Amino acid sequence: MEAYKRVALARKKTRPTGQDFIDNLFTDFIELHGDRCFGDDPAMITGLGLLMDMPVTVIAQERGKNTKSRVKRNFGSSHPEGYRKALRQMKLAEKFNRPIVCLIDTSGAFCGIGAEERGQGHAIANNLMEMMGLKVPILSIVIGEGGSGGALALGVADEVWMLENAIYSVISPEGCASILWKDASKTKEAAKCLKLTAQDLLELQVVDKIISENHRDFKNVYRELKIGLYKSFQKNQALEHEQLTEHRYQRFRKYGAIETISE
Amino acid sequence: MLNKGLFKKPKNELEAQHRIKRKTDPAIPSELCRSCPSCKQLSFTSDLENNFHVCPKCGHHFRINARQRLNMIVDPDTFVEQHHELSSSNRLEFPGYDEKLEQATLFSHENEGVIIGTGKIDNHKVALFVMEATFMMGSMGQVVGEKITLIFEYAHKHHLPVIGYTVSGGARMQEGMLALMQMAKTSGAVKRHSDAGLLYLAILTDPTTGGVTASFAMEGDIILAEPEALIAFAGPRVIEQTIRQRLPKGFQRAEFLLEKGFVDAIVPRSIQKETVKRLLTLHTIPKGGDQNGSI
Repeated sequence: MEAYKRVALARKKTRPTGQDFIDNLFTDFIELHGDRCFGDDPAMITGLGLLMDMPVTVIAQERGKNTKSRVKRNFGSSHPEGYRKALRQMKLAEKFNRPIVCLIDTSGAFCGIGAEERGQGHAIANNLMEMMGLKVPILSIVIGEGGSGGALALGVADEVWMLENAIYSVISPEGCASILWKDASKTKEAAKCLKLTAQDLLELQVVDKIISENHRDFKNVYRELKIGLYKSFQKNQALEHEQLTEHRYQRFRKYGAIETISE
Repeated sequence: MLNKGLFKKPKNELEAQHRIKRKTDPAIPSELCRSCPSCKQLSFTSDLENNFHVCPKCGHHFRINARQRLNMIVDPDTFVEQHHELSSSNRLEFPGYDEKLEQATLFSHENEGVIIGTGKIDNHKVALFVMEATFMMGSMGQVVGEKITLIFEYAHKHHLPVIGYTVSGGARMQEGMLALMQMAKTSGAVKRHSDAGLLYLAILTDPTTGGVTASFAMEGDIILAEPEALIAFAGPRVIEQTIRQRLPKGFQRAEFLLEKGFVDAIVPRSIQKETVKRLLTLHTIPKGGDQNGSI
């Protein structure tokens, strides 16, 4: 399939959002709000739930289902308080030795006056740094659109999975076309060049696994995720803390390491 | 009603600045004189060089390259560069990237957008990284990320503080997700260095934006900035397009970040070396004296 078709599928309005995944993957979910510094960001849902019999911390980006909820959720684009809320929950997960599930679906971190004033760059940077050292298993799944730094701020994990029709990119194809070629009509070409599809990213080892989709029915997706998450957490919880963080460090260390550069 | 030049009226401040600059560019050889982008006054290049490339009239900090910065901060003849040989390849076969790399190498006389190594600052041994704006606007691809990571790993191994100068347009889009991954990779290296109790001093210069702001630039134990440096996650043009509003004056400048609590201090070039030296000294545990405080 053409890369741009995937972009369209990933952004499709009828596609299940973070809340749908929460409802279908976990039982007894309780949402917990606020970053304790500034406010609560509706673009980021955080809380606790049961993955079968395992208590887990859930962090999910939510873009909203209809116009009203999309506006409320700021179309899934978080402000710094969203990332700080996520980190607060992740720190609690570490304290109580719970695995962390991150569900990524955002066109990017919000670009606006308030976001800059409150340190969007700092909030993301802090997440990247702290997630690298968390002593509990983390698994991130790109369920829709993985937009640049705003997605990566939930993406420093032991394993990163991606749905078949999800995308994950350093910049939106629209942004790339207008910056590089000053021509918005080259969006399709940009989508192809950026290597943003699940298949491309599996080949580049940016993601570890693709979850196949039947886009009319997500039941199989949820089932596969549930079992996969459970197995992965069981395996990673058995590791020593040092082994776990060392593995996570090496997972990201490999990108552009000297050996691959000099090839 | 239609007055002349209505259609030439600048739409926003950015465009207006662009116009003014064009009008006042002097017809004098650029080697001899430079006009200050801030106050438009002319200065002799030699005067600028003797004044840390700062406008003597208004204090504007001209953009300078990485080697010039190294000369300003490191004790003479103490800098030892590491991994100068690393250069980028076009792994994603991105159209036009090979040519861009070639041009950037010719233009900047560097192999990539950052220089790393060790040196002495007033006799304190330190590890350094200095980003290079003339190489594709200091954008971070795999080699930049690798070199930053290597210097933090080296500093960790040898118990050295890291002094880092940032200037960057963000992640390099021609390297796709492999560029984005460098944000996580460098953050991991900063974290390990930090967990070992070592100092990382970041000095943000004009402009520091995007993926570099959202990773190692904002991860310093102490973050200094040069006066009026643009420091942003999303650049002003992107924000103006998103919110369709004009941004307030001074928005995202170093002084604004100081006010909002995101940088520790603004340090002009003239006192940068002195400030770094003092901070390094304050992080050095004295050798003499006992636990009771008597010497």
